[in-house]
Amino acid sequence: MALLGRVARSTEVYLVGVLLVLSVVLFLLNPKFATLENIFDVLRNNSFLGIVALGELVVLISGGIDVSFTAIATVAQYVMGVLITRYAVESVFLAFLIPIPIGIALGAFNAFLVNRTRVHPVIITISNLNVFYGLLMVISKGKWIYGFPAPFRDFARLKVLTLVSEKGVDYGLSIFTVVWFLIAVVTWLILQYLPIGRKIYALGGNSEAARRAGFDIFRIQLFVYCYIGFLSGLAGFVHAELNQMIQPNAIVGRELDVLAAAILGGASVFGGAGSPLGVVLGVLFIAFVKNGLILMKASAYWHQVIMGFIIVLAATLSAYQQNLERKRRKGV
Amino acid sequence: MKRPRGRRETQSLVLAAVVVFLLVLLGVLTRGRLLAPDSLQSIAFQLPLLGILTLAQMTPMLTGGIDLSIIATANLCGVVAAIAMTRGNVPPLGAMVFGLAMALSFGVFKGLLIAWVSVPAIIATLGFMIFIRGVSLVLTKGYVIAGFPGSFLFLGNGTLFGIPMPFVVFFLCAVFLFVLLARTRFGTCVYLLGSNPVATLFAGVNNGLVLFVTYLLSSFLAGVAGLVMIARFNAAQADYGEYYLLLTVLACVLGGVDPAGGFGRIPGVVVSVAVLQVVATGFNLLGLSSHLASALWGLILLGVIAINRMIGGVET
Amino acid sequence: MPEKLPVIRLAHITKRYGGVVALRDVEFSVLPGEVHGLVGENGSGKSTLVKIATGVVQPEEGEIFIEGQKISRLTPYLAFKRGIHVVHQDLSLFPNLSVAENIFAHEYIERNRSFVVWQDMERRALEVLGRLGVELDPREIVGRLSFADQQLVAICRAIASSAKLIILDEPTSSLTFREVQRLFGFIRELKAQGIAFVFISHRLDEVLEISDVVTVLRDGVNIGTFPKGELTKARLSFLMTGREITTESLVADLPEAREILRVERLTRRGEYADVSFTLHQGEILGLIGPRGSGRTEVALTIFGLRPPDSGKIFLEGKEVVFRSNRDAIRHGIGYVPENRLLQGLVLDQPVADNITVTILGELVSRFGFLHPSRKIAVAERAIRDFGIKAPAADAPVRSLSGGNQQKVVLSRWILTAPKILILDTPTHGVDVAAKESIYEMALGLARERGIGILFISDEEHEVLKVCHRILVMREGRIVREYRPSEVTEEALRREIVG
Repeated sequence: MALLGRVARSTEVYLVGVLLVLSVVLFLLNPKFATLENIFDVLRNNSFLGIVALGELVVLISGGIDVSFTAIATVAQYVMGVLITRYAVESVFLAFLIPIPIGIALGAFNAFLVNRTRVHPVIITISNLNVFYGLLMVISKGKWIYGFPAPFRDFARLKVLTLVSEKGVDYGLSIFTVVWFLIAVVTWLILQYLPIGRKIYALGGNSEAARRAGFDIFRIQLFVYCYIGFLSGLAGFVHAELNQMIQPNAIVGRELDVLAAAILGGASVFGGAGSPLGVVLGVLFIAFVKNGLILMKASAYWHQVIMGFIIVLAATLSAYQQNLERKRRKGV
Repeated sequence: MKRPRGRRETQSLVLAAVVVFLLVLLGVLTRGRLLAPDSLQSIAFQLPLLGILTLAQMTPMLTGGIDLSIIATANLCGVVAAIAMTRGNVPPLGAMVFGLAMALSFGVFKGLLIAWVSVPAIIATLGFMIFIRGVSLVLTKGYVIAGFPGSFLFLGNGTLFGIPMPFVVFFLCAVFLFVLLARTRFGTCVYLLGSNPVATLFAGVNNGLVLFVTYLLSSFLAGVAGLVMIARFNAAQADYGEYYLLLTVLACVLGGVDPAGGFGRIPGVVVSVAVLQVVATGFNLLGLSSHLASALWGLILLGVIAINRMIGGVET
Repeated sequence: MPEKLPVIRLAHITKRYGGVVALRDVEFSVLPGEVHGLVGENGSGKSTLVKIATGVVQPEEGEIFIEGQKISRLTPYLAFKRGIHVVHQDLSLFPNLSVAENIFAHEYIERNRSFVVWQDMERRALEVLGRLGVELDPREIVGRLSFADQQLVAICRAIASSAKLIILDEPTSSLTFREVQRLFGFIRELKAQGIAFVFISHRLDEVLEISDVVTVLRDGVNIGTFPKGELTKARLSFLMTGREITTESLVADLPEAREILRVERLTRRGEYADVSFTLHQGEILGLIGPRGSGRTEVALTIFGLRPPDSGKIFLEGKEVVFRSNRDAIRHGIGYVPENRLLQGLVLDQPVADNITVTILGELVSRFGFLHPSRKIAVAERAIRDFGIKAPAADAPVRSLSGGNQQKVVLSRWILTAPKILILDTPTHGVDVAAKESIYEMALGLARERGIGILFISDEEHEVLKVCHRILVMREGRIVREYRPSEVTEEALRREIVG
């Protein structure tokens, strides 16, 4: 952990602190917040966001950005939906295998364009967001998919840990939450202990030095864009499970919410910084605020005001801190 | 290393060639209907919304930044004006002033943070986007506010000497921004700062002020777009037109704006907006899906980039 | 056969870019444990030579031998494998990674190491650092280190991949005097361990101090490789430029002139202390000292960019407090910055905008408009008046030579009709002819327009030539004041080093 770097670590420590304070406040305002039932629910509902945010993190660390992942997730889950309803696929595992390669392939396409054109990835992925989503809408005509095979429906209720509430209702830790956390751990292992992970940090830290060191830049880019593609495909599956319905327009448009979660979690839009733990905490933070507002029966409309305010405040504090440090060191 | 100058010039040429090609192709496919007066009229009604929003995006991009809050600002301006007109019985002109004042007041905060606290524009405006959208949601409680006085609707649906009002507004905005960028001290400073803010600082340019005005300007233009939008739809809502956001970035880049800052001119951006709208209208006339048009928008940008890359590769 | 084969030998190398010959029939070899100085003016072919030695570019003619073995096609990877390393001026480190990881980053390319073992890496990093006797925490993030320490990390990185030859490209240009001495200590240490160095620098004193032999390039031709004993600084600069460098003063004695700037006991913690001096109308006041001596920091304070902790600034007898450099500019102060490419110019933008940026406010019409033709007209006049060689007023500044770029920065300040002009190492990185014309510009401005010039430099002959008085700065303090006639180049040098 020592090598995560002090900056990243301090962001995480900070976030844990804020999360704890937030939880205590929410608990005092409404004790229902701190029930396992509620927490498990929050964790389950945010697993989609949590998974794609981890993918965005990896891209951000490499110094890139991907805003097309919503379209990738949509395309992947839509193809899956069409196939499993048309051919009545009974095996959830088989269904699960469909969106993954689609996500990876579309991610590879992003990586190819980013590498060959050398145009800023935000531009490339905005274009591809339009291309992927536009074509899907044309082909699907925007039709919703529902009525999945029974095993697919049952899988959504799968829990790792089952408890019974006082009212006699089953609740527990959803399989999707477990998937989310598992992905977080895997991402952490890759970033921390695999050479490719270290190269991703290196590329984001100084791309020219990475090139001079002889790193295969395309391979790194291929990895990160395929990784977010892979996670988008996976998240598309999770999203379809959670909602038991596939609407082509349900995910697209949430690009920046995911970006916000990653940034709150300490990822830098300039590359080279951020950690999976931070991003998980960032997602949890957003989720808790939202949940707290619901429990407080505050109008849902306030949620965005507060979220926006928090992002602006966090960015301002961090910029202010950097200014102070720069002044202390250089004077100008 | 920045790209050499030559490539920027080829970009406008490539874009112009694409425009001509598309016009001819769609003109032939629609058997001339695309260039019939009523099609042109419909283009002139539809183009301005994306056009004004793209202009709002342009100046921040020239400084090397970005403004993700323009759509939220446009909607807030629209919502405030709508509330003033429907609930406060404020006359349209006053309501417009209210709306723009609201847009500008958020622009002030946004500008302050980016210019003097050095918050990265992408993060600051991302936060403001969510914040401002939230304010609109609180104000509207998620409902649509509709039913404006006829005199106000003229802004979105009327014509002046046969020219649709939204187009007049867009034209005025484009001329205004052109003069500002190409014919004032501020404009020169925007381009210089976009290329190297350290050098402008040492040369005595008030970097903070230039950035502040830049984001104020984008809020103002977004506000104008918001007014045109609600007048056109006869309705205001917190989250209209959000898909326009990334599209404005796409339109700027297609029009020759360098996302790293420092380069891009108004004519290029206007042409690029026209291309996007002609494609949309042409597809509409052909009975094709608007989503196919949006996919094609992405492909056009990728195509222009690819052609540039090929030509640029030969040059260097 | 000598018992020691050269680490690398470049034989009869010729390289052309387009029609321009960058290197012509150049012979260059480095023996193990040798520190080989490489000097030459900008464009003399130094960087091309380095690129060929490291396989970045291929020569048209000539042969490359590494340890006696002929290499038919040298690639960067092969050069790396054979132990030839470059420490670039920008160091090419990863600022977000730790010291240990930067040292061993190259190992990530080797596929067989499938997991990163942190403890192992940190232990080995300590060993490498130990070889140099450097005390750095291998876990420290490189971006938090000083430039000098980062440079050591870059050198350690080369050692860690068993470098036999380390090419140091302008390694001292960002170092303070003490840091340079420390670096030389490390170079001598590694030299004793058999590692060879190529030392590229424009600071001839340092080249002579550290090198065993020196190769001089001029216009792509090897003028010769000389043992250190045969060289003096004057001889070296003659070999580089083909001209005698004189230190004969070009300035006439200044008659009693009005004081225009006085600073009293200016202090800024950690940068400089107790700095007092006066500058008169039409005077060129030299401020000489190595980087880190506080010279640039004092200049930035007078220019309003770094407020002093204490002390006063008087302009024409009146005390002033600047809140920004815009205040300073309004009071008639101009500053030609140290780093021309980063601080001075907007490289991709037109020459005209770069020249007129300081006077845009004066060019606007009554209604606040600024027509491009006005910028162009003013710029074209400046281009003519100051003899700037530019293809067109609307060409990007990038297309100009270093000397002409510097004239663009100078002219932008002259247009503001300043009373005081601060020139911060204005001849850094420009060739001899351009240097002469920058001296002439400075002299002319002082003599004809009565501008007081604070001339910051780290080259003794330069201040002896163009200044009326010379202040020597060392470790944040002004330690001596001279008139050029009172002091020789050597004496001045000794005073600077302390």
